[in-house]
Amino acid sequence: MSFAREAGRAIRSTLVLWVITALVYPLVMVAFGQIAFPFQANGSILTNTQGQAVGSALIGQPFTSDRYFNSRPSTTSYSTADPQNDPDTILQTGVSGASNLAPSNPDLLQRVQETTTQLQQAGIQPTADLVYTSGSSLDPHITPEAARAQITRVATARGLPPNQLEDLISQNTDGRFLGIFGEPGVNVLRLNLALDALGS
Amino acid sequence: MLQGWIQIALTLLIVVAITPFFGRYMARVFVGQRTIFDSVLNPLERTFFLLSGVRAREEMTGWQYARAVLYSNLAMLVFIYLIFMFQGVLPFNPTGLSAPSWDLALHTAISFVTNTNQQHYSGETTYSYFSQFAALGFMMFTSAATGIAVAIAFIRGLTGKPLGNFYVDLTQAITRILLPISIVGAMILMAAGVPETLAGPAIVPTLENPGISQAIARGPVAHYEIIKELGENGGGFFGINSAHPFENPNGFTNLVEIVALLSVPTSLIYTFGLFANNRKQAWLIYSMVMIIFVGFIVITAIGEYDGNPAVNTLLGNQQPNLEGKEVRFGWAQSALFAVSTTATMCGAVNALHDSFMPNGGFVTLSNMFLQIVWGGQGTGTAYLFAYLILAVFVTGLMVGRTPEFLGRKIEKREVVLASFLILLVHPIAILIPTALTLTIPGVSGITNPGFHGLSQVVYEYASAAANNGSGFEGLDDGTLWWNLSASFSLLAGRYIPIVALLLLADSMSRKQPVPATAGTLRTDTGLFTGVTAGVILILGALTFFPVLALGPVAEAFQIVKGIG
Repeated sequence: MSFAREAGRAIRSTLVLWVITALVYPLVMVAFGQIAFPFQANGSILTNTQGQAVGSALIGQPFTSDRYFNSRPSTTSYSTADPQNDPDTILQTGVSGASNLAPSNPDLLQRVQETTTQLQQAGIQPTADLVYTSGSSLDPHITPEAARAQITRVATARGLPPNQLEDLISQNTDGRFLGIFGEPGVNVLRLNLALDALGS
Repeated sequence: MLQGWIQIALTLLIVVAITPFFGRYMARVFVGQRTIFDSVLNPLERTFFLLSGVRAREEMTGWQYARAVLYSNLAMLVFIYLIFMFQGVLPFNPTGLSAPSWDLALHTAISFVTNTNQQHYSGETTYSYFSQFAALGFMMFTSAATGIAVAIAFIRGLTGKPLGNFYVDLTQAITRILLPISIVGAMILMAAGVPETLAGPAIVPTLENPGISQAIARGPVAHYEIIKELGENGGGFFGINSAHPFENPNGFTNLVEIVALLSVPTSLIYTFGLFANNRKQAWLIYSMVMIIFVGFIVITAIGEYDGNPAVNTLLGNQQPNLEGKEVRFGWAQSALFAVSTTATMCGAVNALHDSFMPNGGFVTLSNMFLQIVWGGQGTGTAYLFAYLILAVFVTGLMVGRTPEFLGRKIEKREVVLASFLILLVHPIAILIPTALTLTIPGVSGITNPGFHGLSQVVYEYASAAANNGSGFEGLDDGTLWWNLSASFSLLAGRYIPIVALLLLADSMSRKQPVPATAGTLRTDTGLFTGVTAGVILILGALTFFPVLALGPVAEAFQIVKGIG
């Protein structure tokens, strides 16, 4: 077969397959998502009573104060930045990332040591999820044990009875799929929103 | 701990349960039997062939088939490279991204056309929505379909049939297998929380400190995510891939993604059994691979469950290693995903392999060295049969008979092609660039000290040459050296084996079948399957054992001794 015919067939096939898989398929799927599942398709954005967006049900936020349940350590501080001072243009695109520290890397041990000391000073029994950084740096969850370990501190800071916080934790725990697949996690942003909604 | 093993076992049971149905369906598609989509797809495909100048009935020889693969892939490569370089002026660019550097664009284009999806960039900060869905998403279909087409041509050749027509196989792999499953899968993922929007990032004030804002990156993810797994592509929409809560929000989506990425290479073995009219042979090979696969999962999962001894000492008790892992997946689903994604050459990750215990490094590297623990989309199945041919040859030498496979004599040409394929290309594409990178000062980009640093470099080339695409992502790989040297491994690891496989299939299909006699070595026995496993371990694993000893094995000893 001649070069011209073979090349022509390759180029024409490329274009035909491109139209169906790279234009029709994605755009039809976007249209379907926007019509059938508008909440999920736009990022599961949570709004407050005034209708303003406060975050995503699937994406964690940084919490470090005593008044909130703290989230996991994050290498990107959960894709946040000061809008007045954002030299890395984080707020232009959003970011994700991980430490990529090897288990044999002394820097990992040093960091875990510092985090462990901080947690112990705050009266929190360190758990693996609270000392290790997450994969995405956006992990919305902490383990139920990590949440329960923080009850005393939050209850004291807010003057709330601890058993009320236990209820909030179980209400905001995402279980395993069918009780089998995955691990249970407490959604920290939803938990803290519920905490604020209590008033006090 | 038991709960974790139950999750893993049930996931694998689902995969095994799907195999005969999906394998049979794929066989029907490529034999040309009637399928349920005929009334819609037959006219559609005829229109495609008319528009692209393909004569559907034209049979190709091995060499013609290989040339069609090369020409079409080259056309696609140039096409998506142009999209990257012009993304600044093309539509659907809500974050205002300009063109990447020429070498990064070239590496990305080669990486996606070869079904590898190795990423030296972070999706949200480098490529526009248009580049992602119209260029990268496009390659996810065509590169996967190219792999399936080559596997089917190879199976046809081995079983004495003509090889078929590349363009017909390519199109039907998309229209009858990849696209219908992707449409349903995308809808399921959307319902479960994966975004599918053309809107830019959402900017919200954070709850604890409203003076600080959070940028929530999103995009048309769901449709991309499903073909990423199903086609064993593995290139994340976001930098952090399936660990990102928008790519993989919960235990359900994780199950869907793992099953999707395992489904094609597992089922293709059954498809072969139907083509060869010997399902026993298929199940024996399947079991052999499954045993290696389960062994690898156990090794990896134990490492992650036991955790990092040095950290456990600080914590005062034994905790799983959750560095680079998400709470919703934990040790079990992270380990299962890591082994599945490197076994099948998918390369998507839901946890960061760089931070796995040395057990995980050992297994993920071994998967990419062997390339047959399921193996790449299509090509893995073909490699598996190349190993079978070598095993037939070795046993033939032992008993002093002319070796035969599926009633066809294995002669010099077949043995040369199969051993070239398995013994030469892969080590050359991995070990030589590794040696160069470690020798040339200032190019390695290693970010973890000691033995793990060597693993980072080897992993990158192994991932490129095996067309996997995952990485020890700490590696500083967005450089000219890495972009160009990894491109060499990507191309060598993809196209040299494909041409060799097609020529091998061609020569097998031209042989006169010899009738089986009492003296014929049967290949569908447990004994022969055991010999094959031995051949795989000796030929495939020993080549790379020194590297494994210097990397993950040495690191494991280092950790046991105490880090300091």
